[in-house]
Amino acid sequence: MAKVLVVTSGKGGVGKTTSTAALGAALAKAGKNVVVVDFDVGLRNLDIVMGAERRVVFDMINVIQGDAKLSQALIRDKRVETLSILPASQTRDKDALTSEGVEKIIAELREKFDWVICDSPAGIERGASLAMHHADVAVIVTNPEVSSVRDSDRIIGLLDSKTERATRGERIEKHLLLTRYDPVRAARGDMLKTEDVLEILSIPLLGIIPESQEVLRASNLGTPVVLSNPEAAPSRAYADAARRLMGEQVPMTVPGEKTSLFGKLFGRRVA
Amino acid sequence: MAFVLSPDAPLSNWIVELDAQIERSATFFAGRPIVVDLSGIPETDPGLGTLFDELRARGIRVIGTEGLDGLTPAIQSVGGPLIGGRPLGLYEVPDDPPDEPPAPEPTSMVLDEPVRSGQTILFPQGDLTINGSVASGAEIMAGGSVHVYGVLRGRAIAGVTGNQQARIFCNRLDAELISIDGLYMTAEDMDAFRGKSIMARLEGSSIIITEIS
Repeated sequence: MAKVLVVTSGKGGVGKTTSTAALGAALAKAGKNVVVVDFDVGLRNLDIVMGAERRVVFDMINVIQGDAKLSQALIRDKRVETLSILPASQTRDKDALTSEGVEKIIAELREKFDWVICDSPAGIERGASLAMHHADVAVIVTNPEVSSVRDSDRIIGLLDSKTERATRGERIEKHLLLTRYDPVRAARGDMLKTEDVLEILSIPLLGIIPESQEVLRASNLGTPVVLSNPEAAPSRAYADAARRLMGEQVPMTVPGEKTSLFGKLFGRRVA
Repeated sequence: MAFVLSPDAPLSNWIVELDAQIERSATFFAGRPIVVDLSGIPETDPGLGTLFDELRARGIRVIGTEGLDGLTPAIQSVGGPLIGGRPLGLYEVPDDPPDEPPAPEPTSMVLDEPVRSGQTILFPQGDLTINGSVASGAEIMAGGSVHVYGVLRGRAIAGVTGNQQARIFCNRLDAELISIDGLYMTAEDMDAFRGKSIMARLEGSSIIITEIS
């Protein structure tokens, strides 16, 4: 039975697109048929992070308006054959999305794939609400700082009231993904500690992704970080998170960066 | 045992009184065998011919008559005079039992889920209790008192219907704003009590916060 997962946050710039690509790639590497869907109409980024921006012919709006079939718009990843992307339009905006159109696309994607991962735009309006509407599972991406936490709380409230599942009286599975976590700053008190975030949001923790320069490197290369550098700390954290999504019990750790001996001697900050 | 109805003349007036009785005791006559004692009715009373039709129309089951010697067609239609009855005395027809009073409206509401940012809970009928925390950016409002068994980070507004006795209770105060019956206090003025278990109430025109254990 296919699962529709929405990666959402409320706040912008916290790591939704990065996480969508990473979790999608990790699940596909584990053998699942995965499609990642970009709901950020007009400001699309998922195609860049996935390295597909030079192969986009048709997008989701074309499919909604009947200019193309879904199979023409889907782009298969070159590195992992069970991974595909459905890009968003760059020339239109969120008003071009219709709920009937999205419903049809999600229904068709459910038949072709095991996991349909919807990359939500920031905010709480149409793009975000359509991205979450058909979800069975939600991953709420949060940075350990106050603005992000409050926005995530708002999004959780909307997940519990405005989704298809909520209106039917069913629960939507919610998971917290803490991203851009810097243990040094958390210890200093500049950033919220994990326990503080969990206490405020009261949803189960899916994973802690440490802040890392690898993420920017990977998106410049047009590759999800788990594929560009699987041994890096964020990649290992995303791989663990994907395993938890598939139901495995994986003990929660914050993967530390491997610092060289020179790094320790010269006191370089954990990168 | 049958009941005896003893109409008085004129029958038309008596029918009106009977209707009043039926109004008060609608269930009494259902299924009961009734004997009509016609000794108070002269044979010339115009209502006699239609009496039994009127009674039948009101659901009164007449099984016979007594007290009138003549055998009119009307009397024959209900079986004629009965013999062998023994009077047992007067019977006061009881009024129907009063209707069940409607179930009382609830005057308190309890929620077991945390209140999320952006959500507003309004319960003007009475006290509101949250078994959980209230997030920053959320609002809870009650006509009575507000109780938060968790951290209060949002806004709590008590006594919205004009109730000066309403109070605000919480396990941990971190509120953005509290208000009782229109008077309010913002987070800046609550610094002394941040993080504590408190009760807030109105004294005159100020909100007084006291720590509770």
